[in-house]
Amino acid sequence: MTDELNEIHSHDVVIIGAGGAGLRAAIEARSLGASVAVVCKSLFGKAHTVMAEGGMAAAMGNVWKEDNWRVHFRDTMRGGKMLNNYRMAELHAKEAPDRVYELEEWGALFDRTKDGLILQRDFGGHKYARLAHVGDRTGLELIRTLQQKATSMDIDVYMECKIVKLLKDSSGAVVGALGFWRNSGEFVLFKGKSFILASGGIGKSWKFTSNSWESTGDGHALAVTAGADLIDMEFVQFHPTGMVWPLSVRGLLVTEGVRGDGGVLRNSLDKRFMFNYIPEMFAAETADTEEEGDRWYEDKSNNRRPPELLPRDEVARSINSEVKAGRGSPHGGVFLDIASRRSPEYIKRRLPSMYHQFKALADVDITATAMEVGPTCHYVMGGVRVDADTAASTVDGLFAAGEVAGGMHGSNRLGGNSLSDLVVFGKRAGEFAAKRALGMTKDVEVDQAEVRLAVEEALAPFNRSQGDNPFKVQQEIQETMQNLVGIIRNQQELEQAHSEIERLKERVKQAGASTTSRRFNSAWHTALDLVSMITVSEAVAKAALLRKESRGGHTREDFPKADPEFGKINHVVRITNGEMSVKPEPLPQMTPELAEIFKDDVK
Amino acid sequence: MADLNVKLWRGDDNGGELVDYTIEAQEGEVVLDVVHRIQATQAPDLAVRWNCKAGKCGSCSAEINGKPSLMCMTRTSVFEPGETITITPMKTFPIIRDLVTDVSFNFKMLKKVPALKPKAREADGTYRMFQEDIERGQEFRKCIECFLCQNVCHVIRDHEENKTNYAGPRLFIRYADLEMHPLDTNDRLSLLQDKMGLGMCNITKCCTEVCPEHIHITDNAIIPLKERVVGDRYDPLVWLGKKIFRKSKTKVAVTE
Repeated sequence: MTDELNEIHSHDVVIIGAGGAGLRAAIEARSLGASVAVVCKSLFGKAHTVMAEGGMAAAMGNVWKEDNWRVHFRDTMRGGKMLNNYRMAELHAKEAPDRVYELEEWGALFDRTKDGLILQRDFGGHKYARLAHVGDRTGLELIRTLQQKATSMDIDVYMECKIVKLLKDSSGAVVGALGFWRNSGEFVLFKGKSFILASGGIGKSWKFTSNSWESTGDGHALAVTAGADLIDMEFVQFHPTGMVWPLSVRGLLVTEGVRGDGGVLRNSLDKRFMFNYIPEMFAAETADTEEEGDRWYEDKSNNRRPPELLPRDEVARSINSEVKAGRGSPHGGVFLDIASRRSPEYIKRRLPSMYHQFKALADVDITATAMEVGPTCHYVMGGVRVDADTAASTVDGLFAAGEVAGGMHGSNRLGGNSLSDLVVFGKRAGEFAAKRALGMTKDVEVDQAEVRLAVEEALAPFNRSQGDNPFKVQQEIQETMQNLVGIIRNQQELEQAHSEIERLKERVKQAGASTTSRRFNSAWHTALDLVSMITVSEAVAKAALLRKESRGGHTREDFPKADPEFGKINHVVRITNGEMSVKPEPLPQMTPELAEIFKDDVK
Repeated sequence: MADLNVKLWRGDDNGGELVDYTIEAQEGEVVLDVVHRIQATQAPDLAVRWNCKAGKCGSCSAEINGKPSLMCMTRTSVFEPGETITITPMKTFPIIRDLVTDVSFNFKMLKKVPALKPKAREADGTYRMFQEDIERGQEFRKCIECFLCQNVCHVIRDHEENKTNYAGPRLFIRYADLEMHPLDTNDRLSLLQDKMGLGMCNITKCCTEVCPEHIHITDNAIIPLKERVVGDRYDPLVWLGKKIFRKSKTKVAVTE
């Protein structure tokens, strides 16, 4: 093919990403008899799933027997401001409990109820205590359980390999993924009959983020470049509680479990300010006095939930407003206080890693003093447009599951719905990708000229000996997105973002590899990550400019209200002839049986 | 603030050296921040692994002034003013480049672990486990696979040849996790003793000392496993029981 390519692997199903969705897909595909490759950018077991803290939502009804899939479905749709793909939300609510039980059978040790069942905790936007959890390190338990299961199943794991391009055959189906080993810099081609993107999110494009270096939107960029549709890219979740100090850890996540377990938010006047920010849509089910909110933890039948447990978009915006109004904490956040409300023993047992994180990194003892917290870029609701049942994208042979897929969470994701999303749709993607692959009789052919071109593109940073420092360019992208496409947006700043992004596209093309060595060369790796980062940044900014309303993870100060007309459409991002476009398309309408669940709701 | 003096090991499997960097100190930083700032401003090709930057993923293991640590959880304020911070890669694993080592040994050993074999569900379709039954296992499952315990274990740190027949502390807590799992019906004790080198550990507790998750690797995992092996092999009642009764646990075939 080319002198540069000396390694080819052929599999039925090739999965890009080894977090919860990728691993669950791998297990499913392998159990159906497919040969499976899992390709990941970091070491096995380090994917971003490992950072998930609070838990996974599933209406098992172990703590509140009133809970069932309909309530979970309703909470999810309302949390997403009704923009969710209803069918995904329905499947998710129905199938999440089985996915949790199956993890238990594979060895996950969830915290237990007094009766020996899986314990469930309260979280924002969920009517009942619904999150299966292990203290505040649920993501680690999830990834380790799936990793250990996959390891026992003869699945080939290719670690520290970055995929740079998806390759299609003459029929338009994806048949190959070209990557390189980060350790050696040598290229490798994965040929396959089905490909699953399970590559996570895009948060690295913002300055203050809970996301790791990996979250550069590779899967989003690979998909849209290969001709697949993305939807809802304007919706980016800013988690209300990230650390704000010290600066070096600004953005690091503070689990919503702190509030679920009794923590409250206060401003510099020591007021629980969330009572001033209860939106009409949630007023009927939110406590309007501190006393009622406090009673709710013990008696959910006769009390309404405290406003600290409103969906994340509401809480993040409220914190933002308090800080702007001059009622913030010394380092520009607000106070999250569990110390005055729960015993030190309880806090250490329920939130061990938060205790450790603040103690070690900020010299703060959360059992004695309040934490300082503020919004941090956390999750992208938008992603690859998929068929709800099969996880198939709009390109043949390409599937997507987990954060890289769009639709499930609408305009705002509820806490705890991500881990369950990973396993529900990871399983479905694995199943349908395997069935497609096993039903194919012919071997796939990869076009050699395309491989050669992709290799050349990937090596381009080495030809820029005087190239720009890729870390500098990365910082400029992060500043641009943080300042102009952040939590609160407006027309003028979004337009400015567009011209900045055009300028940065040229900067990305000038980023160099620093030295000629290909061995674990971080400059080269970063230069290639920039290509994904700028692609997704453009998609977010374009979609954000067109949505002239505020909804979920997209807030326009020039259009502060939700507009019912925009509530009927998704924005679809597509690249045709090298040009990225955004077009509105009608939102799928739910069946009358499902619509019945919402009949008494305030819109 | 004053400048920090940092020595970073730079090189690959052909050799390398400590290279000096000087960089302005900033308040509240951890060692990984300093390494990142050196990378962003002075050495863009510097090889370093990291992910979560919060002590949750175990990617940024290294030796800081000779002490095996996570770079993301080591505050720069712990050093004396003017003290040079020397950062070298983990010694037990082959160098790839700079601070990045080849940790594939650990993944190969993990692949050899016989999987959980769960017992049947209760009649109502659930598994009943009580909090006190799972707390021991939860301690082991806190492991973030930073491999610092593997790095300091002198059985392999000083004796490369032992890597063929010694699994190491990370693996021993994984075996303990399974052996003490309320649902498991598999038996791995012979495998542990005969192929995984459990007997070679002479409980110096170096592993426990470096564990960033404070798992009591020696006391809660390795010693109880050693006791189980001894009990299993030499207790005449256990021996007799094995001959007479059907075993509740299945022996695992040892495969390479």
